[in-house]
Amino acid sequence: MRIGVFICHCGSNIAGTVDCAAVAAKAATYPDVAYATDIMYACAEPGQDAIIAAIKEHQLSGVVVASCTPRMHEPTFRKTVERAGLNRYMFEMANIREHVSWIGKDIEANTNKAAELVRMAAAKLRLNKELKPKSFPVTKRLLVVGGGVAGIQAALDAADAGLEVILVEKQPTIGGKMAKLDKTFPTVDCSSCILGPRMVDVAQHPNITLYAYSEVESVSGYVGNFDVKIRKKASYVDWVKCTGCGLCTEKCPARKSYDRFNEGVGPTTAIIIPFPQAIPKKASIEREHCRLLTGGKCGVCAKVCPTGAINYAMEDEIIEARVGGIVAATGYDLIDWKIYEEYGGGRYPDVVTSLQYERMLSASGPTGGHIKRPSDGVEPKDVVFIQCVGSRDPSIGRPYCSGFCCMYTAKQAILTKDHIPDSQSYVFYMDIRSPGKGYDEFTRRVQEEYKARYIRGRVSLVYPKGNKLIVRGADTLMGVQVEVEADLVVLAVGAEAASESAKLAEKLRISYDSYGFFMEGHPKLKPVETNTAGVFLAGACQGLKDIPSSVAQGSAAAAKAIGLLSRDMLDSDPQIAFVSANRCVGCGKCIEVCPFKAIQEIDLRGQPKAEVIETVCQGCGLCNATCPQGAIQLSHFTDNQILAEVEALCRF
Amino acid sequence: METVCLNKQDNSFTRAVEERSGQVVSRCYQCGNCTAGCPMSFLFDYPVSRIMRLIQAGQKETVLSSKAIWLCAACNTCTQRCPNEIDVSGVMDTCRQMARRENKFGVHAVRAFVNAFIDSVKFNGRSHEVGIMALYMLYTGRFWTDVDLAPKVLPKGKMAILPHRINGRAEVAAIISRYKQGFSDPELVRARLAAAGGQGAGASAGGDKGSRAGHGKEAAS
Repeated sequence: MRIGVFICHCGSNIAGTVDCAAVAAKAATYPDVAYATDIMYACAEPGQDAIIAAIKEHQLSGVVVASCTPRMHEPTFRKTVERAGLNRYMFEMANIREHVSWIGKDIEANTNKAAELVRMAAAKLRLNKELKPKSFPVTKRLLVVGGGVAGIQAALDAADAGLEVILVEKQPTIGGKMAKLDKTFPTVDCSSCILGPRMVDVAQHPNITLYAYSEVESVSGYVGNFDVKIRKKASYVDWVKCTGCGLCTEKCPARKSYDRFNEGVGPTTAIIIPFPQAIPKKASIEREHCRLLTGGKCGVCAKVCPTGAINYAMEDEIIEARVGGIVAATGYDLIDWKIYEEYGGGRYPDVVTSLQYERMLSASGPTGGHIKRPSDGVEPKDVVFIQCVGSRDPSIGRPYCSGFCCMYTAKQAILTKDHIPDSQSYVFYMDIRSPGKGYDEFTRRVQEEYKARYIRGRVSLVYPKGNKLIVRGADTLMGVQVEVEADLVVLAVGAEAASESAKLAEKLRISYDSYGFFMEGHPKLKPVETNTAGVFLAGACQGLKDIPSSVAQGSAAAAKAIGLLSRDMLDSDPQIAFVSANRCVGCGKCIEVCPFKAIQEIDLRGQPKAEVIETVCQGCGLCNATCPQGAIQLSHFTDNQILAEVEALCRF
Repeated sequence: METVCLNKQDNSFTRAVEERSGQVVSRCYQCGNCTAGCPMSFLFDYPVSRIMRLIQAGQKETVLSSKAIWLCAACNTCTQRCPNEIDVSGVMDTCRQMARRENKFGVHAVRAFVNAFIDSVKFNGRSHEVGIMALYMLYTGRFWTDVDLAPKVLPKGKMAILPHRINGRAEVAAIISRYKQGFSDPELVRARLAAAGGQGAGASAGGDKGSRAGHGKEAAS
């Protein structure tokens, strides 16, 4: 074998603390190495061309590049060697950047370590075999999890491109958080007027199947062919018969149920249609509030329903589907604002969250669009907004900026003035973060035209005095303590990943960060992909973002999914397990440990033997590590290859 | 107001406050929550959030001469509210210690009270409230301060006219006079230890001084 070794400088990233020329000189002495050199940027076009030229000039049959992590550029260099006529698996990468140059400053030690890593890579490469992928058919159907604005956009874009789409939404209606908003910044246009038509499009699109009040139960399979189980929760209403007339919601006697859609601003009934524009506009019963389902007596809704749609015996239903790709768009939830006892949220009725205030502003909300104090129903005159409640607070483990609170608070201050012209808004802020198009102008407008008073400082205490709330804070620009007598206090509550996002991440086999946000494939270059092929991200589940960004990411995720599912066949990864039948004793241990059920028992001339189902194997290597005989091996990572690496490292 | 030249920023003061208080002052992002909740803020010349900023900016003279550090009630509301988990109250305490070592008292009456307290302990081996009051009046020259309260307070028997002295008063007094000679100052302690060859001073000093010297070394390293 003739191996070529290329030591990348990565500018000064590697060359700054590694003597690349010395590593190349050492590499030239390794077994089978026919050519070794150092190179400024191996990944750049001249670098790749130099590799190709060297392969041709020195008749190389394998290549080692010592540079950065294989995560980014292994595919790059595999293509490079392929262009020079080699098999893409006749390539090895040694990571001398993340594992060497970036972590130490001792040039001598770094150079030695880099040389050792190159020795390991070359030793493994000597045992590499040419591998060829097999192709398998793709299911041209997309699953979108989450029916907020990001999920809706992804579903519509993919459906318009001709894909079949399954949209799964946990709540009885799609629309997500945006459906709860009264107006949207910076245009102050009606949220439901712009979202409503999109929701109707979802309902009417021939390519979209909507499962509302449903959750993803389990996901198995792999890119191109995921097998998904969807739990359709019992709504106790037959949605085929239900016409959404709403008679049941008028007659239901359980009138003190928590109104989830309206954030608990007012009570609701046990059988509900969340809001007038709900999609699907179907009734559903919340079990814990229903008198019949909890106490056995009532049945009013069944009596009044003109189509006989009520079915108290309904049970959860599991729907199975095969999809080629998945978009996760599960959004966000508010952090628990009640932990800030000094603000009195949950204790004083006139301290409300921004989302509750949004429902109070909305004409379809429980107050009919009139701002009323929850305590006495009086119209407030002095309204205090407290920003960064739960944002930028390391003491509760939420050091990040939620990103949209500055803007929605400015919008709510404008709407307050529009609703109550003689009102005065006070906004306590730390920094105004408004980097979007037209955003900063908007936060100036609320101060200059709408005369909202912006106070730079946090609030330390809210306490009741008579029928007022005293808000004590600081004006750090004046350098004094300030107090406001408020009629209503609105907490601009920060956001966190949706409550059950971690559970979904485990089902989808994607990673999430310490706050529960799903991890993108690369922070800059793969913003909607995940490290699990075929699973994409859209909206706030990847990181908090406002409506325009969520919509953009929804479209981006759809584009990626369309690109994937536009292909009829996909190449399987040939780095999978294989059995050498003459060593296999048919003990079946590999069958037990395989998490993908990719190994089956076959009969070979009366002997039980293991056999790998190539299209199912994911190349995890568990069987390889388990097999007592060494009969089952993982291609590209065989025992001999690993041992060759170990031997290269432990020579003394 | 004077222009502050940022190139001449005294980082050693910031570091000294951080080392002695064990707090990372650079974590403060000036949200103002400490000032917002401070019950003494109305008396301060600089609100507490500004003291934090002045420390970040190395403004040693301004911080150690301020009234605010002496008027702080150490109620810990600032520490409780700080989103960045800085013990703001502890930082104020550190500033008081540093100011006293430099003989800076932004509020004269506080100095008088502190001296009255220490003198009372020196004489009696423990504090004696009526004595402290008398000394405080003497040091400040405010002879009629709070005297109107005496007819209400004294009959309750909570304050003894005569001090309850303890045994070992001389030893307590020795601790205080050692402190006054500057034994608590890490610099001085180091200098003295060096002069004594590291042996003599340690042997002749009590446990109290030993631990302080140890602390001083730690802080300096």
